[in-house]
Amino acid sequence: MDLKPGAGGQRVNRFVDPFAQISYHFLQFLWRTLHLLVSLWYLQVSMVQMIEGFLISSGLVKRYGALDIDKVRYLAIVVDSEEAYQISKVIQLLKWVEDMGVKHLCLYDSKGVLKTNKKTIMESLNNAMPFEEAVEKDVLLDQKQMTVEFASSSDGKEAITRAANVLFMKYLKYAKTGVGKEEPCFTEDQMDEALKAIGYKGPEPDLLLIYGPVRCHLGFSPWRLRYTEMVHMGPLRYMNLGSLKKAIHRFTTVQQNYGT
Amino acid sequence: MELYNGERPSVFRLLGKYMRKGLYSILTQGPIPTHIAFILDGNRRFAKKHKLPEGGGHKAGFLALLNVLTYCYELGVKYATIYAFSIDNFRRKPHEVQYVMDLMLEKIEGMIMEESIINAYDICVRFVGNLKLLSEPVKTAADKIMRATANNSKFVLLLAVCYTSTDEIVHAVEESSKDKLKSNEICNDGNGDCVIKIEEMEPYSEIKLVELERNTYINPYPDVLIRTSGETRLSNYLLWQTTNCILYSPHALWPEIGLRHVVWSVINFQRHYSYLEKHKEYLK
Repeated sequence: MDLKPGAGGQRVNRFVDPFAQISYHFLQFLWRTLHLLVSLWYLQVSMVQMIEGFLISSGLVKRYGALDIDKVRYLAIVVDSEEAYQISKVIQLLKWVEDMGVKHLCLYDSKGVLKTNKKTIMESLNNAMPFEEAVEKDVLLDQKQMTVEFASSSDGKEAITRAANVLFMKYLKYAKTGVGKEEPCFTEDQMDEALKAIGYKGPEPDLLLIYGPVRCHLGFSPWRLRYTEMVHMGPLRYMNLGSLKKAIHRFTTVQQNYGT
Repeated sequence: MELYNGERPSVFRLLGKYMRKGLYSILTQGPIPTHIAFILDGNRRFAKKHKLPEGGGHKAGFLALLNVLTYCYELGVKYATIYAFSIDNFRRKPHEVQYVMDLMLEKIEGMIMEESIINAYDICVRFVGNLKLLSEPVKTAADKIMRATANNSKFVLLLAVCYTSTDEIVHAVEESSKDKLKSNEICNDGNGDCVIKIEEMEPYSEIKLVELERNTYINPYPDVLIRTSGETRLSNYLLWQTTNCILYSPHALWPEIGLRHVVWSVINFQRHYSYLEKHKEYLK
């Protein structure tokens, strides 16, 4: 966390009314004190979560013993790009996920650090297969191996832009035939097809776990987030198996009505 | 800021207003979000919890909405987006859909009657979404209030109705395509011959990301998104715009939302401001 006074803070010319100067410094003091108290609150919350995570990992909390992992058909993990350089931590996390029985996983960080280390990560996993290979071999429904998809910001909005161009080119070819002079009119299904046509076949995750300082999806593909549950897990360096189990357990109890 | 109320404020209300002012003077020592978005989740659960008659939850939710917008306005937030009605909500029971439409029409007509107050507070009201799906009376009323407040700029209230993000993205692709057609002057002379041949069109007709971004319904992008009832999903709302947005899910049901939730979201925004600004710069 890096506190910065913003535009709301007043610049005070020291030659102005001393009362204004005093009230500015007093308000600044109150603001920083407020943030200090909030930081202490979050520190306390983190400590409680760590203890709880330890108790869950040790099996002392029976509630999280049995997980209905089949409800998590597709799991996504978003990692802050700076934290993604901790490859050993990422590998440990994936091993936990693999041991829990997750069958399909998408790993995302906006800068593509995880993509760059794809080979190292895949070699460290016992029984995993790259998502593209699984699609090629048509073994996505095969429950023997975990498939792992690697994504970055270029697979989000930029991919949608490429799909938009696929649709537009199709429209231009249609317009060439001179049949009607309709304006471009596309559907969501056509966008789905266009994305698949350019290689984006990954489904919408059921659950998205965010490892980083902020609860923010950091640019994960907008087309794949409609009803995805998003859980903030905190910084990667404080990850623990207990918190992971708790997040997945909580997900399995969620009821969605999809807007109805 | 008092809307829909010409009565003299009570002592308690004045006291509350000045206490809020004191709190805001502390909060504004740091950056304030330019844009806060809201998902109004929990009206029906609130009605069930308090055994209210049908529609009671939505009425209570509307009062909560007015309070929250007041806090945003007073704090200096410039844009507020409300997820008022999703395209998916049309799949609810017809009488429930009709109730919400009737409530929307009643409130829009209320705004039209209070137009002078809205203009006095320099508030711009915009309806965004696939407005063709609205019934004619609601659409007409929405157009009227948008025209009447179009020149206001201190606070912009965006009401997402008949909206989903995926519909918005497809709409942005359509609009970008139309823009390309206009700018490239691609035409068909009726004999099947194009002025610019298809195989030569590509360099001139590539849709760029910046064009899609320009054609989304909602700009600028929100800094904070608050979804009540503890739900942790976006439900097809602002998926495109929330790349650098803090997602906050208080457990309170929408009619229970209060100043403390708005303040807490601003505090968290301030805590992570530098991080999110750095991420925005990286993605540019």
